[in-house]
Amino acid sequence: MSIDLDRCTGCEACVVACHAENNLPVSSPDQAEKGRTAHWIRVDRYYEGEFPDVKVKYRPVLCQQCDNAPCEPVCPTYATYHNPEGLNVQVYNRCVGTFYCANNCPYTVRFFNWFAPEWPEPLQLQHNPDVAIRPAGVMEKCTFCVQRIQRGKRDAMVENRPLADGEIQPACVQSCPAEAMAFGDLNDPESKVSKLAGSGRSTLLLGELGTKPKVFYLERAK
Amino acid sequence: MAASAPELLPYAKIREDLFRPLSKGSSAYWTTVFGALSIVILGAVAWGIQVRDGMGVTGLNRPVFWGFYIVDFVFWIGISHAGTLISAILRLTDAGWRKPVTRAAEAITVFCLMIGGMFPIIHLGRSWLFYWLIPYPSERLLWPNFRSPLLWDLVAILTYVTGSVIYLYLPLIPDMAQLAEHNVPWRRKLYRILSLGWTGSDREWHALERAMKLMACIILAVAISVHTVVSWDFAMSIAPMWHSTIFGPYFVVGAIFSGIAALLLVLGILRRALGLELYLTKHHFNNLSKLLLLMSLLWFYFTFAEYQTVWYGNEPSEMAVFASKIRGPYAPFFWTMVVCNFVVPFILLGIRKLRTITTAMVSSVCVLTGMWLERYLIVAPTLGNPRMTSASGIYTPTWIEFAITAATFAGMIVLYLLFSKLFPIIAVWEFKPHPVEEE
Repeated sequence: MSIDLDRCTGCEACVVACHAENNLPVSSPDQAEKGRTAHWIRVDRYYEGEFPDVKVKYRPVLCQQCDNAPCEPVCPTYATYHNPEGLNVQVYNRCVGTFYCANNCPYTVRFFNWFAPEWPEPLQLQHNPDVAIRPAGVMEKCTFCVQRIQRGKRDAMVENRPLADGEIQPACVQSCPAEAMAFGDLNDPESKVSKLAGSGRSTLLLGELGTKPKVFYLERAK
Repeated sequence: MAASAPELLPYAKIREDLFRPLSKGSSAYWTTVFGALSIVILGAVAWGIQVRDGMGVTGLNRPVFWGFYIVDFVFWIGISHAGTLISAILRLTDAGWRKPVTRAAEAITVFCLMIGGMFPIIHLGRSWLFYWLIPYPSERLLWPNFRSPLLWDLVAILTYVTGSVIYLYLPLIPDMAQLAEHNVPWRRKLYRILSLGWTGSDREWHALERAMKLMACIILAVAISVHTVVSWDFAMSIAPMWHSTIFGPYFVVGAIFSGIAALLLVLGILRRALGLELYLTKHHFNNLSKLLLLMSLLWFYFTFAEYQTVWYGNEPSEMAVFASKIRGPYAPFFWTMVVCNFVVPFILLGIRKLRTITTAMVSSVCVLTGMWLERYLIVAPTLGNPRMTSASGIYTPTWIEFAITAATFAGMIVLYLLFSKLFPIIAVWEFKPHPVEEE
C-alpha cells in the first residue's frame, strides 16, 4: 500500500469506511476517554511552524504489515503470524490475549476487545457478513481487508483471468476522496503501488527499526 | 557475640521449642488466617468479575496493555529468589549460621512461585484458555510458538516450581519422621505418608545429604535463569527502555534483593509470633542485613548504569520514557523507589550503630515497597510512551487490580501461616548431631 501524504487532507473518510467494512465496535465516550477506542486506521496530526503560521500534516497510520514484524515472534499461540502471501494476519480463535504483540508493536496499531463488542441501534444491522465479530479478550488489527483480497482472487479465478492492478481495494483506499492511497501487488514491478514505492518520494514509518513495513508514505523530498 | 547460640542449646529443648507451635493455635492466629482469607476471597471475586465482563474492568488501555498483573508477577517471582537462592548459596558455602534460616526461605520460594505463577494466567484476555501455551500434542494440531519469551517463561517457572518444591521437601523428611512418632492420629498419618518411610539409617542420611547438595546446585542455576527469562519478556521486545542487554542480571539482582528483604521480614515476624528469640538471633539478622546492604549497593549500581546510558545516549523515544520517570507523571514513584531501595537501607544498615533487628525490618519493608515500584516503573512508563507519540497514554489501575494484588499478599500470609502450623519453620534435625556431619 502507498499513502500520499501530500494528498491526504485528514478527512478521516478512511477511518469511517474501515469501521463499516470491518465490523469495528463503537466505543462509548467513557471508554474512549480511557483510550480504548478501536480504529484500525487512524489519522495522526503533526504541526509545523509557530502560531499563527502553522502547517498541519496528516499521516494515516494502520498496521504496516511488516515483513519483519515484531508482533509475530512474541505470540505464544501463533495467533499473529505471517501468511504465505506476506500478510501479517491475526487468527482470532487462537488468541488468548497475552497483549505481548501489542506491546511490541512500535506503531501501536493493535487493538484489544476489552468487552464483548457493542453497537448502538441500528448499527448492528449493517454488519459485514464477510468479517467475523471478535469476542471479548482477543487482539485485532488491520487486515488489509483480507476478505476483499480473497473475493477479488476468487472472482478472477472464476472468470479465468489474471487479477488486474488496482482491482482489489481495501475500504480505506476505496473511500479516499483525495485518492491519496493506492493498493496493489508489490511483487509485480509494473503495478502502480510498486512504482510509487520505488519513487523518490517514498518513505517508511520508523523504517530505521528494520521492520520492513509494506506501507509506503509518499512525501515531497525536502 | 552469641554466634552459635541455637546450636549450644540442648537438643531436647530445641525439639520442644520448635515443635510446640505446631500444636498450639491461638485466637490471634485464627483471626489472622480468616482475616487474610477474606481478602483472598475479595480478590477472587474481583477476578471473577474480570473473567465475566472482560479486561475492560481493569485500568489497562491502549497503549498500556500490561499493568499491575505483570508488575505483581515480576515482584512475586522476584521474592521467590529469597528463598531458594539464598538458602542454596548458604548451604553450598557451608555457612554455619544458615541453619535456622533456610527452611523459612525455602517456604517463601514455593509460596511466592505459586502466587506469582498465577499472574500470567490472570492477565490473559481469555484466561480460561491458558493451557494453549502448554506444549503437548493437542487436538488443535498446533504447537505453541517456541520463539515466544512467554513460552520460555512458562517452562522456566514450571521447572522452578518443581525444583523448589523438591528442595523444600527434602530437608523436611527427617523432621516429618520425628513428628510421625507421637502426635494426634491425623497428623501421624500425614507425616508418616510424607516422610516416605524414613528410618534414619546411615544410608538414608547419606542419600539425603547428597540429594540436597545436588538440588542446591541445580536450584541455583534454575533460579538465575528463571529471573533472566522473566526479564527477557521485556528485553526481547523493541520497546524503548525495555530493550536492554543488562536486564537479565539487573532483574536477578533485584530479585535477590527483594528476596532477602522478604526473608528478613518473615523471620522478624516469626521470631516475635512464635517466640523464637533464641533461634533467630541478632547474629542472623546482622548477617542478612549485610547481605541486604550489599544487594542494595548492587541494585543501585545496575540502576545507575541503566539510566546513565539511556540519558547519555539521548535517543528521543528512550528519552520520552526516561523523562516520564525522572520528572514526569511517574517521578514521585521513581524517587520513592530510590529512597526506599538505596537511601534507607544504605543509612540504616550501612552505619553499624544503626543496624539492629528493628532497622533491618524497616529497611525490608522499604525495599519491598521500592522493588514493587521498580517493576511498576519498568512496565508502565515504557508502554505509556510508545515510539508513535500520537499513541501515548497513561495507566490508572482500578479497584479490581488493587483487590487482586492485595489478595496475593493476603494469600501469602494464609499459606505461610498454614505451613507454620503443619511443619516446623526451622529444621529441627539440623541441630541434631548425626553421622553425616561427623564424617
